[in-house]
Amino acid sequence: MLALVATVAAGIGPVSIEAVTVAKVLANAVRVPVGVELYASGGSALQLPAVGLRWAPVTDFEVEQLHATIVLSVRLPRIALGATVGFALAAAGTVMQGFFRNPMADPSIIGVSSGAAVGAVLFIVAPFAVPFGLGLRGAAFLGALATATVVYLIATEGGRTPVATLLLAGVAIQTFLGAVTSYLLLHSGESMRRVVYWLMGHLDASRMTEAWITGLLAVGLVGLMYLYAEDLNAMLLGEEEARAVGIEVERTKRILLAASSVVTGAAVAVAGVIGFVGLIVPHAMRLIVGPDHRVLLPVSALAGASFLVAADTLARSGAAELPVGIVTAALGAPFFLYLLRRREVSEL
Amino acid sequence: MIEISELSVERGGVKVLSDVSLAVERGEFLALVGPNGVGKSTLLKTVGGLLRPKAGRVLVDGHDVASLSARRIARLVASVPQETAFDFDFSVREIVEMGRTPYRKRLRRNPDPDGDERVEAALERTGTARFADRSVASLSGGEKQRVLLARALAQDAPALLLDEPTASLDINHQVRTLDLIASLDETVVAAIHDLELAARYCDRVALLADGAVRAVGAPDEVFTAELLEPVFDVDVAVSENAVTGTASVTALSGDGTS
Repeated sequence: MLALVATVAAGIGPVSIEAVTVAKVLANAVRVPVGVELYASGGSALQLPAVGLRWAPVTDFEVEQLHATIVLSVRLPRIALGATVGFALAAAGTVMQGFFRNPMADPSIIGVSSGAAVGAVLFIVAPFAVPFGLGLRGAAFLGALATATVVYLIATEGGRTPVATLLLAGVAIQTFLGAVTSYLLLHSGESMRRVVYWLMGHLDASRMTEAWITGLLAVGLVGLMYLYAEDLNAMLLGEEEARAVGIEVERTKRILLAASSVVTGAAVAVAGVIGFVGLIVPHAMRLIVGPDHRVLLPVSALAGASFLVAADTLARSGAAELPVGIVTAALGAPFFLYLLRRREVSEL
Repeated sequence: MIEISELSVERGGVKVLSDVSLAVERGEFLALVGPNGVGKSTLLKTVGGLLRPKAGRVLVDGHDVASLSARRIARLVASVPQETAFDFDFSVREIVEMGRTPYRKRLRRNPDPDGDERVEAALERTGTARFADRSVASLSGGEKQRVLLARALAQDAPALLLDEPTASLDINHQVRTLDLIASLDETVVAAIHDLELAARYCDRVALLADGAVRAVGAPDEVFTAELLEPVFDVDVAVSENAVTGTASVTALSGDGTS
């Protein structure tokens, strides 16, 4: 499903390319090691030769060079990043809804997105030094993690983190950070446009390295969440119930919260605040596959990836390119209302 | 089997239990009785490791519950809380399988080899096997109670802790549920509201008052007007039930001796 959406999406744009061509380009780009090469390295004869793998493409279809360039250098990074961000947000949303037993929960319920926004806006308005040269994305990521940590610390007392306290602390911090963002926005002067654009969520100017880093992080952390799928199932029935069947509830909560926050922070840092993916995709998938997180979590993550790639394709195929955040919300909200009227979404 | 010694528990800074000592024999069915808010649930939760005692300790099978992991506790005692939100589309079997959680290990292939067998046995014993594939959300109160019992049995723990297992059931399901519980080989401690049912099914009863144990013994010894009146603050008449031959307690008027 995801592969299909991605392939079709790569063909859509100002230069329309057939899906078959896209498939050929992608197939040509797949390289496998075919042998070992020895490089003579350095001048000294005593030095051992360096060993390297020889790579070769698997297939060699005839495609136009222009099409290959568009697919591989322009559209693929964007699609890869979109898929990654959708994957991360939908997985985190699924975990948060189960965790809070609350249908309104989404990946940024504990203020991760607001924190990222403040970090990013601060960076745009008043550039400050971010370690490791991470720039805007680094600032947003740090803002996200700092916020999650603060909310967690506020809600934790004596080693216990009641979810109700966590939820309210998250809402309060979000409101506060919203105020900070607005204030900074008022004083942003010429950079206002850039700030607003960032806040809306966007996938343009994606780079393949970003997609790789975020992708590996997301797959790793969602894999970690998956290990706790059964714990999440038991926690749906209540924390005491979960504890009664032998789950270290507080430890599980800490791990899930940390994994969701990091994964959401990373997604927001590279793509801005993209709403609704983390809220509606888990709901929609729950209606289809049921509440069992062993199935729901991977299905939601993949559906989120497909949804965001499709939404982004729509966002960039119009006359003027829109930030993808507008498209997800514009598409997501009516769909969500439809589900709400048709089935009891509130059942979680 | 269960040894509670000088246990004190606080909830939200308020002392709920003070200096409670109680021993439960292996295989016994002990009822906790007493007025609302006296600390029956708190006692069960502390024994089940859900609450930490302020002072004193609980030994289950010789292990101090406060020092064990949730996993170890769940293999020793299976708790059935008073209320469970069953609004989810899980099947009965999936709920019962959750009872096998303490035997599973993450990242282990085939983590629980006898799990399926134990789950099926628990479904059979509780008579829930015939609707094992239905959604729990569609069950009646009595059926849900049996599913929770099945989950507790699937935990394979030598002791069961039940909080008001009959509270929301009609008389038919009350009797059927208690018949089932009384027939179990496991050690059972249950908070039971209905004194007549406690007298009829339990081996011994513990009467709680003001966060302490007022009396422990066979139902006949504990259910006397002398003991019950001050605890429940009501005049009572205790007679023998003509049918079952066990104690029958009738409340007379609201303004008792105390």
